[in-house]
Amino acid sequence: MTAPKVCVLRAPGTNCDIETAHAFELAGATADRLHLFRLLEDPSLLQRYQILCIPGGFSYGDDLGAGVVFSRQLRGQLNDAMREFLTSDKLVLGICNGFQTILKAGLIMRRGIENPAEKAWEDQFTLTWNRNGRYTDRWVRLKVASSKSVFLKGIDEFDAPMAHAEGRIAVRTPSLLEDLRAQEAIALCYWSPQAAVQMATTGDPTKIELLPEPENPNGSLANIAGLSDSTGRVLGLMPHPERFLFATQHPQWTRRGLRGEGDGIQIFRNAVQYFA
Amino acid sequence: MSMLWEVEILPSSGNPDFEGQRVVASARSQGIRGLQQVRSARSFLIQGDLNLQDVRNAAEQILCDTVVEEYRIHSLPASHTDQIEATSINVLFHPGVTDSVAENATRALTHQNFRVTATATCRKYWLTGDLSPGELNRITSRVLANDAIEYVVRGPLQISDLSVGSEYRIHVTTVAIRQMDDAALMELSRKGQLYLSITEMRTVQDYFRTLQRDPTDIELETVAQTWSEHCSHKTLGGRIHYVESCDGKIVRDQHFNSMLKETVFAATVQIRKSLGDADWCVSVFKDNAGIVKFDDRQNVCIKVETHNHPSAIEPYGGANTGLGGVIRDPLGTGLGARPVCSTDVFCFARPDYPADQLPPGVLHPQAVMEGVVAGVRDYGNRMGIPTVNGAVCFDDRYLGNPLVYCGNVAMIPVDKCEKHVSPGDLIVAVGGRTGRDGIHGATFSSVELTEESESISGGAVQIGNPVTEKMVADVILAARDLNLYSAITDCGAGGFSSAVGEMGEDTGAEVWLDKAPLKYSGLSYTEIWISEAQERMVLSVPEKNWKHFHALCASEGVEATTIGRFTDTKQLVLKYGDHQVGEISMAFLHDGRPPVIREATYEIKKPTEYQTADNPAMAGTDTAAIRSGATEANDYCNKPCYTDDLRKILSSLNVASKEWIIRQYDHEVQAGSVIKPLVGICSDGPSDAAVVRPDLTSKRGLVVSCGINPHFGDLDPYWMAASAIDEAVRNSVAVGANPDRIAILDNFCWGNTERPETLGTLVRAAVACHDIAVAYGTPFVSGKDSLNNEFSYEDASGVRRTVAIPSTLLITALGQVDDVEQCVTMDLKNPDSLLFLAGETREEMGGSHFHLVSGLKGGAVPRIDNSVAPKIFRTVHHAIMQGLILSCHDLSEGGLAVAAAEMAFSGGIGVEITLPENGRLKDKAAISLFSESNTRFILEVHPQNAATLTALFADLPLSLIGRTTSHQNITMSASGRTYIQASLEELKSAWQTPLQHNG
Repeated sequence: MTAPKVCVLRAPGTNCDIETAHAFELAGATADRLHLFRLLEDPSLLQRYQILCIPGGFSYGDDLGAGVVFSRQLRGQLNDAMREFLTSDKLVLGICNGFQTILKAGLIMRRGIENPAEKAWEDQFTLTWNRNGRYTDRWVRLKVASSKSVFLKGIDEFDAPMAHAEGRIAVRTPSLLEDLRAQEAIALCYWSPQAAVQMATTGDPTKIELLPEPENPNGSLANIAGLSDSTGRVLGLMPHPERFLFATQHPQWTRRGLRGEGDGIQIFRNAVQYFA
Repeated sequence: MSMLWEVEILPSSGNPDFEGQRVVASARSQGIRGLQQVRSARSFLIQGDLNLQDVRNAAEQILCDTVVEEYRIHSLPASHTDQIEATSINVLFHPGVTDSVAENATRALTHQNFRVTATATCRKYWLTGDLSPGELNRITSRVLANDAIEYVVRGPLQISDLSVGSEYRIHVTTVAIRQMDDAALMELSRKGQLYLSITEMRTVQDYFRTLQRDPTDIELETVAQTWSEHCSHKTLGGRIHYVESCDGKIVRDQHFNSMLKETVFAATVQIRKSLGDADWCVSVFKDNAGIVKFDDRQNVCIKVETHNHPSAIEPYGGANTGLGGVIRDPLGTGLGARPVCSTDVFCFARPDYPADQLPPGVLHPQAVMEGVVAGVRDYGNRMGIPTVNGAVCFDDRYLGNPLVYCGNVAMIPVDKCEKHVSPGDLIVAVGGRTGRDGIHGATFSSVELTEESESISGGAVQIGNPVTEKMVADVILAARDLNLYSAITDCGAGGFSSAVGEMGEDTGAEVWLDKAPLKYSGLSYTEIWISEAQERMVLSVPEKNWKHFHALCASEGVEATTIGRFTDTKQLVLKYGDHQVGEISMAFLHDGRPPVIREATYEIKKPTEYQTADNPAMAGTDTAAIRSGATEANDYCNKPCYTDDLRKILSSLNVASKEWIIRQYDHEVQAGSVIKPLVGICSDGPSDAAVVRPDLTSKRGLVVSCGINPHFGDLDPYWMAASAIDEAVRNSVAVGANPDRIAILDNFCWGNTERPETLGTLVRAAVACHDIAVAYGTPFVSGKDSLNNEFSYEDASGVRRTVAIPSTLLITALGQVDDVEQCVTMDLKNPDSLLFLAGETREEMGGSHFHLVSGLKGGAVPRIDNSVAPKIFRTVHHAIMQGLILSCHDLSEGGLAVAAAEMAFSGGIGVEITLPENGRLKDKAAISLFSESNTRFILEVHPQNAATLTALFADLPLSLIGRTTSHQNITMSASGRTYIQASLEELKSAWQTPLQHNG
């Protein structure tokens, strides 16, 4: 198998690009940290890659809302390149600020991808301020809620750290949540032992009562931590799998005697395996 | 046609108004109860060729998140009939203050083809409640806005134009210094904010008399910046006559030619010499940060700075630029280092300080704390540098003068640790543009604060733009690896004047001030030269590399501009267009300053009897708890129960959980996190140190910890300094750092050292730094001092009062560990382990937290046995490396009782401690429980390893003190009597509650 090529796309203020590229390389891919300005100069560069990853950080300082400026650039000058990429058999991963960016660019809902007449950016869903009103860094338990996502194949539950201020999924009207469920768009939910108990009765991880902080660290709707597009080839998530490549990154490693790899690597490995 | 519009953005119904909630909470914490509700909006003022539909489109497409927000548009100037606007309170930045949101809005709108010429941001508030005009004023000036950077408009905005700047026509100003008498010289020094002494002013006068001309304003400024305490550390680097006496007899009389060189620095020289070929220091006390060896490929740099005075006036901006500034230090070390983690340590007055007792001009400590934490958070998180270690100390003497220490650790390739400027190289400014911000920061930070500091020094306060600095860091490290430049330094205090002056010290430099890119027009040549605008670096770029370098910067959107050339004239020449505005010899600038000569005295105090508290540090403690006199001294050793004392210490602000702060910092970005600041079964226990893996392909780790205890300094600054070193080292050792590879840093924050007795305490602390560093083999690699941390004001009766901070020494330790998988944490792991105490407990209750919460003072301050302490560190380390230790925690504030409690509730595992019954501490349970003797650890050990551990310690002090249990309780007993009994839950709650719901 030739290693798939990953474009880890960094904008001014992106700051998780090095470790994210490292994660893909550990998983067997070849990763370039490409500056957004190179892509703006030559949008065709994007087609050299099989995987596009937008990593975490504070693109443009998040000064106009998390990921907003970056998202407008993806669907402005780069719109055609993005459409070509998303209609090919390729993968897109957005982590934290990358999730905020691809959601606000309408890539999760594939707005304007199959139907160019649609307005590109999504305005029915957003990632907004955490319920506690502040930036928060903590580890969370996650449950895979959709079988669709290429990135989450073979994963049931895992731990990962979240570190963000604007990670709460909100919708314009409550009924939109049903649409997300119907499309199996809810890929990841914040999780807890109590959630597992409820799950035994509801049978649906997306139909659990809103978990309290810290299990659901930001008050996200339906405990949503990550969303997938309808093809399963685009995933956005708030927690950082690239910060759990090694057991020693886990906050409990000295208690549980953890050694070796961390759970987060599997997401990157799944992406690489897709091209095997 | 150009129009000015306002887009107000508010949370739509059902969505929380966080800013409104913050204002209500903050007003309450400052004693304003009548405020019931606040609605807030963020708003953009947008100028350009835009009609209403354009502005609507801009709001919907870019500015407003319409899923959770709604917007309103007005044209400006606002009409007076607008009912909603009539009651609004608008907060705007003073023209020229960094407004990164506005800058990004202009850029983003322009990219989307909106014809925008300028943007500004504004925060708007609508207040509901029963407020007196005085309260409304206090809310406005203390909660909503900070005069130092912002102004307030009540009611509709009447702004019609956003443009800032003005035309500038050069006018070279000379100052007739040659004719001045002493009085005139001092007047010039003060009014010109030069803050030079009379001797220094006379030296400047003589220099220009020799040149037979008067200086220009820029020449005087250059000298003042270079000679400022902040830039030259003239007091501690200067001559000091130190006299130590005891009972009226002189016991030490010493003349230092350069005090720091002969104490702190001398320790490093001695350690390096004794290490010989095994010396692991690389570059110490000469560059912007200290450098030590890490592995074959990389070295590691560290620097810790203070940003106290700016933080007193504008806590958010002060702390923000404090961290931003210290990150630029490693970036400007050698040929540039890659930042991997940051530290922060703060000292505040207690956050519930009575608002009606605040001296004039002082911000409420709650507001200071919130602002400082937010400032560090927003800079560090945006830069993508994890903030991994810190501490917070509370004492009311920090009321007018809070302390903000920020540190940064960075990695540098082994072949990039030296820099060399060659004549002919271009002087290149990279990063942020120059504005009128931060003028006189260097000289201002070197003087005492007063209630008027806010108004005269407003220009010294700034807001940072971390994304600009991130972009600069990224591109500089790329240019470094392409060998495109020959030297680099940061623009910190003194701006270009210090940066270019330092870089060109051995060569000479010619600067073209008109070439510097400006934020707005109208700056004079002097303002350009001394502006401390943030996010700028100065590089020396060989001319042949300039094109490549410039193109690389441009490719990532970073501005790089040639502003001069290094020469071989040994002169500093300043030009603005065709005008030469200044010329000073480098020799005069760097070696011309007359030595500062100071007297320092110290009177050795005998350990006193225990006394009642009139110590200002104890203000705010329960007065009922203040005991009366020496008779109580014995009583406290004989109380039947100490559970309540333990609970009080756990709840004291210094000890209480800082989770509220830590969780707001990204402490895991860059993916190097190994030991986090919070550990344990619920990830909420207080880690002794942070461990970070700076290179994800290697298992080698960095350990970062600190030591600080100003309460010991009230008793004896020598043992305070010694204890701070011990604490920093033992924190590092506790997680697994090799004690033979720990570098340390000193940061002295002191009061006015022109008083011999204040300087005396500093000298005594510095002597301790020398002695302990040598004994421990822990070299100082960098340091910084901040003097004149005093606040003076006129009280209600017209009496001038001065509050000096307690002498505060922060020691930061940078340790290393070969394999991060060998690290241990402080939370108890198993319910069937043995607990050992390593180190000796002595009757050292002076400055202890037991005293603090009991209202006692005096007593013996903790000392150090130099012959034993290093052996204990090495033995604990060996035990950890052999895998004998399940958990390890250092004993510090609150002694054994607090350490054991923290280990237990962090691990969710009970403990039964039986205090040793033999020896000097028999029948002195309080001492065994709460003494803060140095060099001690509690070790959790599997019973099968107990014998191995005991053998390893041989004749070093090690005692079995108890075991862990499967029930959720803590008991501590001696001689069959139980002194402490409590559930883990209640102790944890006592520890977590005090600062939990802050912010």
